[in-house]
Amino acid sequence: MKFGIITFPGSNCDYDAFHAVTDVLGEEATYLWHKDHDLQGSDVIVLPGGFSYGDYLRAGAIARFSPIMQEVITHAKSGGPVLGICNGFQIACEAGLLPGALMRNSHLQFVSAEVRVRVENADTMFTNLYEHGELLRMPIAHGDGRFVAPTAVLDELEAEGRVIFRYADAGGNTSADANPNGSERNIAGIVSDGGNVLGMMPHPERACSPLLGSSDGVRLLESILARVAA
Amino acid sequence: MPAVTPRAGDPVITPALVAEHGLTVSEYERLVAMLERTPTFTELGIISALWSEHCSYKHSRPVLKTLPTKAPYVLQGPGENAGVISIGDGLAVAFKIESHNHPSAVEPYQGAATGVGGILRDVFTMGARPIAMLNSLRFGSLDNSRVRYLFSGVVKGIGDYGNCVGIPTVAGEIVFDDAYEGNPLVNAMCVGIMHERDLIRAKAEGIGNPIIAVGARTGRDGIHGASFASEDLSAASDAKRPRIQVGDPFTEKLLLEASLELIKSGHIVAIQDMGAAGLTSSSAEMAERGDVGVTIDVTKVPTRESGMTPYEILLSESQERMLVVAKRGHENAVAEILLKWDLTAAVIGEVIAEPVYRVTEGDKVVAEFPGSRLVTDCPSYSPEARESIAAKELRTVDPLVFPELAEEKDPAWTLERLLSTPTIASKAWAYRQYDSTVRTNTVVGPGGDAAVIRVRGTNKALAVKTDCNGRYVFLDPRVGGRIAVAEAARNVACTGATPMAITNCLNFGNPTKPEVFYQFKEAVAGMGEACRALGTPVTGGNVSLYNESPSGSVYPTPVIGMVGLIDDISHITRATFHQDGDAILLLGDMGGELGGSEYLATIHCAVAGAPPRCDVEQEKRVIDALLEAIRSGAVSSAHDCSDGGLAVALAECCIANNDSQTGAEIDLSSWRDLPDRAILFGETQGRIVLSSDSPEQILAIASAAGVPCVQIGRVRRSSNALEIRLPNRSMRSPLSTLARAYHKTIPMIMSRTPEHTKFDELTPVAAH
Repeated sequence: MKFGIITFPGSNCDYDAFHAVTDVLGEEATYLWHKDHDLQGSDVIVLPGGFSYGDYLRAGAIARFSPIMQEVITHAKSGGPVLGICNGFQIACEAGLLPGALMRNSHLQFVSAEVRVRVENADTMFTNLYEHGELLRMPIAHGDGRFVAPTAVLDELEAEGRVIFRYADAGGNTSADANPNGSERNIAGIVSDGGNVLGMMPHPERACSPLLGSSDGVRLLESILARVAA
Repeated sequence: MPAVTPRAGDPVITPALVAEHGLTVSEYERLVAMLERTPTFTELGIISALWSEHCSYKHSRPVLKTLPTKAPYVLQGPGENAGVISIGDGLAVAFKIESHNHPSAVEPYQGAATGVGGILRDVFTMGARPIAMLNSLRFGSLDNSRVRYLFSGVVKGIGDYGNCVGIPTVAGEIVFDDAYEGNPLVNAMCVGIMHERDLIRAKAEGIGNPIIAVGARTGRDGIHGASFASEDLSAASDAKRPRIQVGDPFTEKLLLEASLELIKSGHIVAIQDMGAAGLTSSSAEMAERGDVGVTIDVTKVPTRESGMTPYEILLSESQERMLVVAKRGHENAVAEILLKWDLTAAVIGEVIAEPVYRVTEGDKVVAEFPGSRLVTDCPSYSPEARESIAAKELRTVDPLVFPELAEEKDPAWTLERLLSTPTIASKAWAYRQYDSTVRTNTVVGPGGDAAVIRVRGTNKALAVKTDCNGRYVFLDPRVGGRIAVAEAARNVACTGATPMAITNCLNFGNPTKPEVFYQFKEAVAGMGEACRALGTPVTGGNVSLYNESPSGSVYPTPVIGMVGLIDDISHITRATFHQDGDAILLLGDMGGELGGSEYLATIHCAVAGAPPRCDVEQEKRVIDALLEAIRSGAVSSAHDCSDGGLAVALAECCIANNDSQTGAEIDLSSWRDLPDRAILFGETQGRIVLSSDSPEQILAIASAAGVPCVQIGRVRRSSNALEIRLPNRSMRSPLSTLARAYHKTIPMIMSRTPEHTKFDELTPVAAH
């Protein structure tokens, strides 16, 4: 399976995603340049973390106009898997692939830490190798990670099982203390109505090695493999 | 070429104008003798920058020459943008530390951000990809609202810049002391990795090769930044705010990728950051290294604003710019790479055979200097050095002369106080704002003894750390200089790394004061002794003098940036206790030296006594024994004993890891020769707290190495306290109390400063 990793000007987690796919998952990965219009036959698209276009105007707001994004949107509309991580989540929201928006963290500071997220739906393209309610440890590193959406949209996301990950404490409780950025309802990750676009603030690609503290992100990539290959 | 003529509209050269440019009368005479005529305004500006302390090292060079710089694995020593060492497998590490103190004192956010930007460029211009950032910060007391403003601004500046470029900030140190109140220190270090074959130097070569300005356009910001950094801070400093550069990390990220691509492409022969003194110093230094002439036409330089004069273009310190010497005929290929990254490239000059440094404005020559004398004719001073009588007297004070406070009857009280002093307390408030995990190589991040970064594609890792205790250096510069190196070495060794080489950032006061120059000479001598004994040569660094405010000089603070190499990632060792029942051992002397300690400063408000002794040969034996023990597989955890002494080190081993706190039982009841407070809080050097499930093995290794080592207790996972038996009493500190003191202090203090404190509510920089 081939993963296409978009490099926007200012992307800085493209390298990490590339190595997670090639070194850990053992699959093929290729960098896709923002000025191009060719997904080079990629099966899965990764919108990586970073500061595309310097986060100028608003995180993700300029990236959505990149030439390559037209192709990514087409790919997503036809059911192709898209994984938006951190800045990639912001871009996916700006591009209309996901509902809601990512606002400045409630404490107004950038936050870099290891957090726990609880798996809220283990029956998706991205989570089928996790257990429902399982706690995963992953790093976060963002200044604009507070997920917000109108109440009706949040209710709809919940009702349709599209909230995939929630910030939780060591006991699995989605407490306010466990919420690192003030996201509505502790939401850390959601999927599109077709279930093929995942946006999440935590970095699964940084949680792929016991040496670095956690390998809980590996099964997310393996889940995609299992589902797409099936 | 036509003769140099004054440019219409430029000011006439007068003694007042010369003085304004920071040149002494004799320096001006030196300039006139070199030119054999009166300089033009542009030439005066060029010399003012190049002969500033910041660029010329005119007071420090002769002393720096005494430092050891060689080892078989040193590929590049001092004199380049960054030092480079080989780590085997065809790989090399480039690293350098630099100060941005003065800009940060006036404009903390941009000052710190551009400090990060500058040091990143120094590393990637060597051909290395940056893989880690560190920073060493000094502020006044956090009780002062202006200090809180500076602290939060500096931290945000470091974070916003490094996070956006995508280089993890992994380690450093932050010290709070009144000595830095008017003049904070902001030192940034960058570490990069490369294939040895990609090493490139900033040496202009090849007659006829084009000189190309790449990256951001040149604006009017930061003009005379180098001179600003070469004078004392004063009430007038705030008015020099326009001398401070403004950073754009997004452009930096593009420039980083474009530069590495350029270097790999083979189209260029040299590349250098336009840092301090901008185009002037980068072009002059590259020409001097290559022993060639250069000519530059300022009208070809892409500018951000119209009407800029040659003087402004040459002295601008606009950020994110590089100067490149390309191979002749490869200009378009260079421009193509820059265009890919949406950056500009403009041919602005040429390498010439004629031994001159020439600047033209179209066809008019506006500045011309003979050969490389622009750099080599720079004055050099050896000012008078004399120890201050006050420091000498302070050193003779017996630390035990301060009577114990009533509260000290329970050492748990003292320990809690020390853990909650901001210098010792957890700095997570700051480093949680730094992305420390991007690039997925960070094995041990901020908060440990040193950070550990794996080297992808090998079984190796690097350990990196900055260190310096300015109080020790103040009390005894020679000993303090030794300790700075030894402690940094011990820190990297605690993670399992062999200390390899250092970079240093020498932050001192005004060198024309004899007592400051004494500190400088002695501290460098002490560093040299330690570097020789430990086998860690100096590969470069930076000198920052004139760190003075109206309240006086800062503590002499020679910050050491140490790089260590771990040959096998299975040897990576952490600082905190984690295995129930492990024996706890102390490797090194019993100690008990309280002079210059955090204990005296915090509990008795005293900076006094002789700092702890530092026997560099013994330090080497301790480090070797520690590494042998780690490699034998016997060590579960290793933590250096430093600020706050043994008690603080033990407490940190118990509670520093907020997710996994562990109790411990310690028995020091046989240490009858020392007062309890000296046992607990003395800062004797060369000591490591270890935990192990095979203590006999460690005791045997230490004994063979001739290093004292004793078992002092056990890790008790089930216990919720740190318990210590002393000759005259016992103490028990609940982990929750220790953890609160250690983890909550700085967040609580900083919550007093709302993010948007109005600047005009704060005390101006020079009001105290």
